[in-house]
Amino acid sequence: MSYIVDRRLNAKNKSAVNRQRFLRRYRQHIKKAVGEALTHRSITDINKGEKIGIPTKDISEPTFHQGQGGSTDNILPGNKEFITGDSIPRPQGGGGGGAGEGNASDQGEGMDEFVFQITQEEFLEFMFEDLELPNLVKRQLKGSESFKTVRAGITNEGSPGRINIVRSLRAANARRIALTTGKRRKLKELENQKALLSEIDDTLKDKRKIEQIEADILQLRKAIKRVPWLDDFDLKYNLHVKVPTPSSKAVMFCVMDVSGSMNQATKDIAKRFFILLYLFLQRNYERTEVVFIRHHTSAKEVDEEEFFYSRETGGTIVSSALKLMNEIIDERFSPSEWNIYGAQASDGDNWNDDSSTCFEMLTQELVPKCQYFSYIEITPRNHQALWEEYEGVKAAFPDEFAMEQIVSSADIYPVFRELFQKKSA
Amino acid sequence: MKKSPISTTSEWTFELIETYDREIGKIAEEYGLDTYRSQIEIISSEQMMDAYASVGMPLGYHHWSYGKQFLNIERSYSRGQMGLAYEIVINSNPSIAYLMEENTMAMQALVIAHACYGHNSFFKGNYLFTTWTDADSIIDYLLFAKNYLEGCEQRHGIDEVEAILDSCHALMNYGVDRYKRPHPISAAEERMRQAERSEYLQKQVNDLWRTIPKLNPAEATEESLRFPEEPQENLLYFIEKNAPLLEPWQREIVRIVRKIAQYFYPQRQTQVMNEGWACFWHYTLLNDLYDRGLVTEGFMLEFLEAHSSVIYQPPYDSPHYSGINPYTLGFKMMIDIRRICEKPTAEDRDWFPEIAGSNWLDTLKFAMGNFKDESFILQYLSPTVMRDMKLFCVRDDDREPNINVSAIHDDSGYQALREKLAGLYNLGNREPNIQVYSVDVRGDRSLTLQHLQHQRRPLAANACEEVLTHLHRLWGFDVHLNSLDDAKVTQHFQCPPAPENIPED
Repeated sequence: MSYIVDRRLNAKNKSAVNRQRFLRRYRQHIKKAVGEALTHRSITDINKGEKIGIPTKDISEPTFHQGQGGSTDNILPGNKEFITGDSIPRPQGGGGGGAGEGNASDQGEGMDEFVFQITQEEFLEFMFEDLELPNLVKRQLKGSESFKTVRAGITNEGSPGRINIVRSLRAANARRIALTTGKRRKLKELENQKALLSEIDDTLKDKRKIEQIEADILQLRKAIKRVPWLDDFDLKYNLHVKVPTPSSKAVMFCVMDVSGSMNQATKDIAKRFFILLYLFLQRNYERTEVVFIRHHTSAKEVDEEEFFYSRETGGTIVSSALKLMNEIIDERFSPSEWNIYGAQASDGDNWNDDSSTCFEMLTQELVPKCQYFSYIEITPRNHQALWEEYEGVKAAFPDEFAMEQIVSSADIYPVFRELFQKKSA
Repeated sequence: MKKSPISTTSEWTFELIETYDREIGKIAEEYGLDTYRSQIEIISSEQMMDAYASVGMPLGYHHWSYGKQFLNIERSYSRGQMGLAYEIVINSNPSIAYLMEENTMAMQALVIAHACYGHNSFFKGNYLFTTWTDADSIIDYLLFAKNYLEGCEQRHGIDEVEAILDSCHALMNYGVDRYKRPHPISAAEERMRQAERSEYLQKQVNDLWRTIPKLNPAEATEESLRFPEEPQENLLYFIEKNAPLLEPWQREIVRIVRKIAQYFYPQRQTQVMNEGWACFWHYTLLNDLYDRGLVTEGFMLEFLEAHSSVIYQPPYDSPHYSGINPYTLGFKMMIDIRRICEKPTAEDRDWFPEIAGSNWLDTLKFAMGNFKDESFILQYLSPTVMRDMKLFCVRDDDREPNINVSAIHDDSGYQALREKLAGLYNLGNREPNIQVYSVDVRGDRSLTLQHLQHQRRPLAANACEEVLTHLHRLWGFDVHLNSLDDAKVTQHFQCPPAPENIPED
């Protein structure tokens, strides 16, 4: 009677395009929501999808419909106590109520927000939209010290270890066919002739002719046999070529002041900034390492836990951290192999004498080795000596060095975007 | 009762589905149900969500609103707020029914009976569907529409196409001919004539707006007194034929939306009947299966549980109440018609002298074929059903301090209840009656619409303004809307909005 079709294996994302259209149309809303989510989220789950709410009125599809007022008749089921002529006080706010549409279609109406889920991928996509790590392209061309061998087809020359047997034999076979086809055809003809002649009665046989034919056959056979089974030029080799691979490793130095002047709130802001940077690097490089350096009067390389959560007191010498960073680079992360990113967070406090040392460290050693060095100052106060020195660095390296000031956690995302904005070519 | 049941477990297989379908088909044939051939497609729940989001159309053009719909469904489904429909059936030939793989065998059988024999025969038999839609070519037409819009997107950009679609969707309910009999959609012809038509149309439109003065000015003014000569109910049709600034491809999009609206129009008008008919048949067919010993008691329990939750009507004061359940109303009415035919009471003989005691199958088929919700209720809603559902009518008049109960399910109220309920299913009352009234052809080319109020009900102002901006985008010149209560203008909208006081024209 009916056809039965199994469609379960058909594509199930028929609505994917429509969903994309929706996201595209409400791009601005979603971006705003993503930005907000980022500031309110705790750090550990920054890598998840997000629930996005859009005011319902912004996405409604208008149609003509009747408004409040006039007189409406409505039929309701389930009468319990009413009789004709009963008079009921009008419910507050509700009003007339629509006609009996009776379907679930008006679900979701009356809600203030249209809420839906975007995936982690989409979340990050929106988060990092328009952002680009500076100098990424440059390094990819420059840092071509490492190579990768990749297959590049078949060649006629090569070392015996690279012989491609299938291709070689195929070529040999083709050559053999090409060289012997004519002879084989002749051979067949001669054999047919011989058969015809030998069928004739013994007395009438032309023995000389038969002998002649047999000699020819023999010669042809020999000729065929002389065609070599495998010749030098049959041999095919796999071709491998070396391609320079752009360095896909990145290391990120998180440098933070943990002196007494930095409180937990300030550290939290710094942390968010580092996380953003980390996520961002992760998306751009195959492998991303992180080195945490904290400092007060002296610097120390620590693990993440200690970096963010242990407390220290004391004064501040920024250059100690920069020195340590430089040492670590020289020891473990050669700039020819690694893309080096520095991110420094501080409240701007430093020993006045030290700031000029920092300037020298940065301009002469660190910034030339780094892809990018960003400095954020988390303080509502006026800038101090360090900021002024750093401005000098910025003037010297406008492409590699960036600095911004952050006051509250809501600033992080805008500042981050500011720092890593796509530079128009 | 000698026969053994087809299956005893709740697992389904393709062979079992085939067997059930064959058996159900046999019984349906005995009842003389005339159906299109059906195509049963087994799909997963994700695919069901997709199908749901595209209003059940197997292929549709792309639009963000379907994406919104999809996100909404996905969210409610994943939160468990909403179960998915067990089935979706498409009015096409062959009629396509979707079955979800998660369902049990009993549910699959229920769906087959409901969709492949219930809905299917309704599509084939009801006069609205046979005159307004063409089941043979709808799939082709949808494909044509999809490809055409994709072509437009490539040529003119997604945003341009989206803008036109947005505007058309806002007016979709006004893209149907309510009274005129339409030409059925035919995709093959459509494609062939499309290019020709767009050229021709453009010429015609240009002709309407010709600015070269006529030879005889007196004659000209006479002629141009009024355009359109009569008010037009089909706004999209009017736009398609007369909007001065639309490009040919934009006209074609207007036409596509209009055609699709027309295709769905009968469904909007026959919800109660369609569902009632399908429920009646799955109920009857599966009970017959049981009577013949083809299904087990377990099967029947599962079926009845599903059936009764589908036709459950929460009372008006329940938190679950969201209007009258069309499944309940339809099913009860269908069952009651059968009862009136088979076991009429004195009351029934009084109310339905011509059907009481007649052949129930013929009567039911006649009712299915020749009515829409409004007229069906007006004709067949019996006092029994009204009592059963305990219907009552409330009148909310803003001139009165209180809401009044104007009729309940008693002798004096039956007639009024029936009329009022039928009125609720009259699309003409439910949707504001808006028509194209005039175009200022010689002046500023502004378009004036007229809304005739039903029981003094005004238009919702915000939505109305938004729709007018869409209409303005299509029309290209000023758009006005007057809302009339007994020839008196009570509301006036215009787009773009007037800077200061609105000059009355």
